[in-house]
Amino acid sequence: MSTTDFAIRTRGLTKVFGRQAAVGGIDLAVPRGTVFGFLGPNGSGKTTTIRMLLGLATATSGEIDLLDGEMPRDARAVLPRVGALVEGPAIYPFLSGRANLRRFDAADRHTSPSTRTARVDAALERVGLGHAANKRAHAYSLGMKQRLGIANALLAPRDLLILDEPTNGLDPQGTREVRHLIRSLSDDGTTIFVSSHLLAEVEQMCSMIAVMSAGRLVAQGTLDELRDEGTARVRITTPDPLEARRVLLGLGLAPEVHGRDDVVTAQLSVPGLLPETVNTALVRAEVRVRGFEASGASLEDRFVALTGEGFDVAG
Amino acid sequence: MPAESVSTRPSRSGGSLGLTLVLSEITVLFRRLRTWAMIGALALIPILIAVVVRVSSDTSGSGRGPAFLNSITQNGLFVSLTALTVAIPLFLPLTIGVVAGDTIAGEANLGTLRYLLVAPAGRIRLLLVKYAGAALFCFVATLTVVVTGAIIGALLFPVGPVTLLSGDTVGIGGYFVRLLLLALYVTVSLLGLSAIGLFISTLTTIPVGAMAATAALAAVAQILGALPQLEWLHPWLFTNYWLGFADLLREPIVWTSFADNALLQLGYIAVFGALAYGRFSTRDVLS
Ligand SMILES: Nc1ncnc2c1ncn2[C@@H]1O[C@H](COP(=O)(O)OP(=O)(O)OP(=O)(O)O)[C@@H](O)[C@H]1O
Ligand SMILES: [Mg+2]
Repeated sequence: MSTTDFAIRTRGLTKVFGRQAAVGGIDLAVPRGTVFGFLGPNGSGKTTTIRMLLGLATATSGEIDLLDGEMPRDARAVLPRVGALVEGPAIYPFLSGRANLRRFDAADRHTSPSTRTARVDAALERVGLGHAANKRAHAYSLGMKQRLGIANALLAPRDLLILDEPTNGLDPQGTREVRHLIRSLSDDGTTIFVSSHLLAEVEQMCSMIAVMSAGRLVAQGTLDELRDEGTARVRITTPDPLEARRVLLGLGLAPEVHGRDDVVTAQLSVPGLLPETVNTALVRAEVRVRGFEASGASLEDRFVALTGEGFDVAG
Repeated sequence: MPAESVSTRPSRSGGSLGLTLVLSEITVLFRRLRTWAMIGALALIPILIAVVVRVSSDTSGSGRGPAFLNSITQNGLFVSLTALTVAIPLFLPLTIGVVAGDTIAGEANLGTLRYLLVAPAGRIRLLLVKYAGAALFCFVATLTVVVTGAIIGALLFPVGPVTLLSGDTVGIGGYFVRLLLLALYVTVSLLGLSAIGLFISTLTTIPVGAMAATAALAAVAQILGALPQLEWLHPWLFTNYWLGFADLLREPIVWTSFADNALLQLGYIAVFGALAYGRFSTRDVLS
């Protein structure tokens, strides 16, 4: 693929705040036409990356290709074709929702004032804010502000949408509508780059993902590629959990006993070890097996494996 | 890989001069309650002066108080002049500090700065537009004092031909031309301060800080200007010609202080405009 096949491409993109590398040399490659999920826990550097993509922050080092230009050099030519939601919506509280959008639209010198009213109204309708358009934005709820932020990204037809946690604060209907919206925009040929820390959401919307962890890109590819890289696991229900555990340990696995349910689970982390081999070993050792279940890696396991188990944010 | 999407963006004709953003800036500025509160407060100055003088006019004439105060009772047209003299040292710079200090810091604080830049507004263009908005506010603020003064003066006191400082007399029409010139003079006087405020505003994301700093600088400059020991410094202070508008009230008009003032303010605009550009063009927008 040549570089123009990509809507976003970065090489060694780095941002250092003080002594901390918020983004540490990432190579993103977002093919045109995809819905691309940018996944990572809090503080992993998603928003910082997006700020650099859009020219809001200067990269400490590295290069960025955005559509047919290089950022930040070609910002003037490229940015009108990009719609963005960055770190949540921002509003003028003393203006109505409609006046807010008119303001942002006026900031782009390329948009046509004669179509402004129509485009603003269309964007408001698209996010379901048609009836609240004349309300002062300070009276908007969290989800309404979020919708206004998405509407702002849709003011003009775009070749690329960069959406930072677009479903933040939305109710279930709103979340579903955003998913539909993204799908229909994608069908029109728009490339969509959507960040999230919600795996389930990304799994539903995206065909490709990249996973960030503590400023590094730890995985990138199609959903299936990522699933395959994960390890399968077995789940055994047995009245003899301790014997089962001993057998699994003997096979070189690291089983976990979930005592109350008489359940033992283990990742099949030994290369070449098949679930049926595990079952045979259990039967040989006269472990009474009530249930045996082998499953491919869930994306969630993979995600946790990539980004770490702990709740604490990497500082 | 889907075919490269054909862009169907709207025509790139209208508003390429960037006038739409200037209009938008003015609209946003004058849709704020705060702006109207400040204009209302400025309008109160001549009203307050005129009413007080009117109510106590019998006992006036001690020769103290602001310049032109004692002329009001003879001619209401002097209300504007007195009010300007009162507003220039403190009140006008305060309101300019609020507007100029808010320009960039206010947008950064709301977070709207990132959406203006992503639109893309262009950083230089945004600075220019913001400065244009602040400059317009200087004019509106000054004009508010002048016009309110003229109206309240005409309501409470006799109006008629005015004797200028040079002893000549001009009719009401001629006097209004002078008042307009005066408003222009004061507006120009405030342009340097606006540029300083714009620069300070690029340094922070806390608008109140930028506002306070700008207004404080105006106070400091006036204090320095009052110290005779610093005579050498005075020609360089942006406040130096703030009260030098008397030359506009002579016949014929003496333009030297207007020209000197304009030149000085232009210098401040150039220096602080460049500083603001230097800072803002490279600044990370992280709010
Ligand atoms: N203005 C800043 N100054 C210093 N450090 C910052 C700044 N902004 C972000 N960081 C640091 O950079 C790292 C990445 O932050 P970033 O906002 O990009 O994370 P994120 O992936 O968007 O997280 P979240 O899911 O919470 O939005 C964090 O460790 C954060 O502390
Ligand atoms: Mg974020």
